Amino acid sequence: MAKGMVIIDVERCKGCGLCTHVCPVNILELSPDTFNAKGYRPVTVTDMDECIGCAACATICPDVVFTVYRQRRQRATATA
Amino acid sequence: MNTTTQIPENMELVYQYPDSMTKTYTHYCPGCVHGIVHRLVGEVLDELDLREKSIGVAPVGCSVLIYNYFNVDFVEAAHGRAPAMATGLKRTNPDKFIFTYQGDGDLAAIGTAEIIHAANRGELISTVFINNAIYGMTGGQMAPTTLPGMKTTSSPGGRDCKIAGYPIKMSEILAQTEGAAYITREAGTDIRSIRKLKKAIKRAFLTQIEGLGFSCVEVLANCPTNWNMDPWESMLWSKEQMTPYFPLGTYKMREEVKALKV
Repeated sequence: MAKGMVIIDVERCKGCGLCTHVCPVNILELSPDTFNAKGYRPVTVTDMDECIGCAACATICPDVVFTVYRQRRQRATATA
Repeated sequence: MNTTTQIPENMELVYQYPDSMTKTYTHYCPGCVHGIVHRLVGEVLDELDLREKSIGVAPVGCSVLIYNYFNVDFVEAAHGRAPAMATGLKRTNPDKFIFTYQGDGDLAAIGTAEIIHAANRGELISTVFINNAIYGMTGGQMAPTTLPGMKTTSSPGGRDCKIAGYPIKMSEILAQTEGAAYITREAGTDIRSIRKLKKAIKRAFLTQIEGLGFSCVEVLANCPTNWNMDPWESMLWSKEQMTPYFPLGTYKMREEVKALKV
């Protein structure tokens, strides 16, 4: 079960790739085969199960592409 | 946004789009730190609940269209005159929150007199100053903050300090004025510094709300387009080349500002 989850607003993305450099679990990459309406290659998540919800991508994103969710803490300790 | 995605029940929201910002797409180049600082300003306006009582002063430069991106009132100032306009706004509307958002071509070149005197008078305004060592909007000409030896379109052989003078350190200058309450220089180039930068912006805004004096946050930024680099490379370049000349740190913080809870 993933600890976190990101939702990507593909149309806002300008494909600068800053998030791909700061993601601690390396699950972000620029889409190799799709484009958004502005003609950029938007960022995509390769494996959402790996996401830890750290919001590093949202912190560095200049275009506010990400919405980040993270597992609730009390629930996390209960299952651990 | 993809609204069809199901959010599992045990997930809580960690980060979402700031309410103080409009959904307009910014005109900035991919990877520009302007976008990051806009977002931080939006987050701080949200957190301090300032949206309905803020008036921003837009500069001339890349961020000239900033009024399109915020859900707060804005006025557009003549080149470099944002602190002068903000002074008038604050004096006539003392209950409003007034901030200016300026670049280095605006604040450190044509607007040097305005910012120094606004700081010296201790005007109750807050300034966010983006320093990317170049004139971005007009095509990458040499700015007062361009580093020695740095190549720009108007200094193709690199900045020769014997002719063009030396890069101006605005935070150090502003910190010498009596009226300034909080002057700091931060970077917007990695996760850690961005988190620190947000705290600095919040402290600067609180300085004005508490009526303690003038506050200015200088942000070392990047310009991937005019530095001819990819965005990540420009972030590293900013960190490696700009930070030694423009040391990060707080240059002036009055005791009352230090006591503020951020």
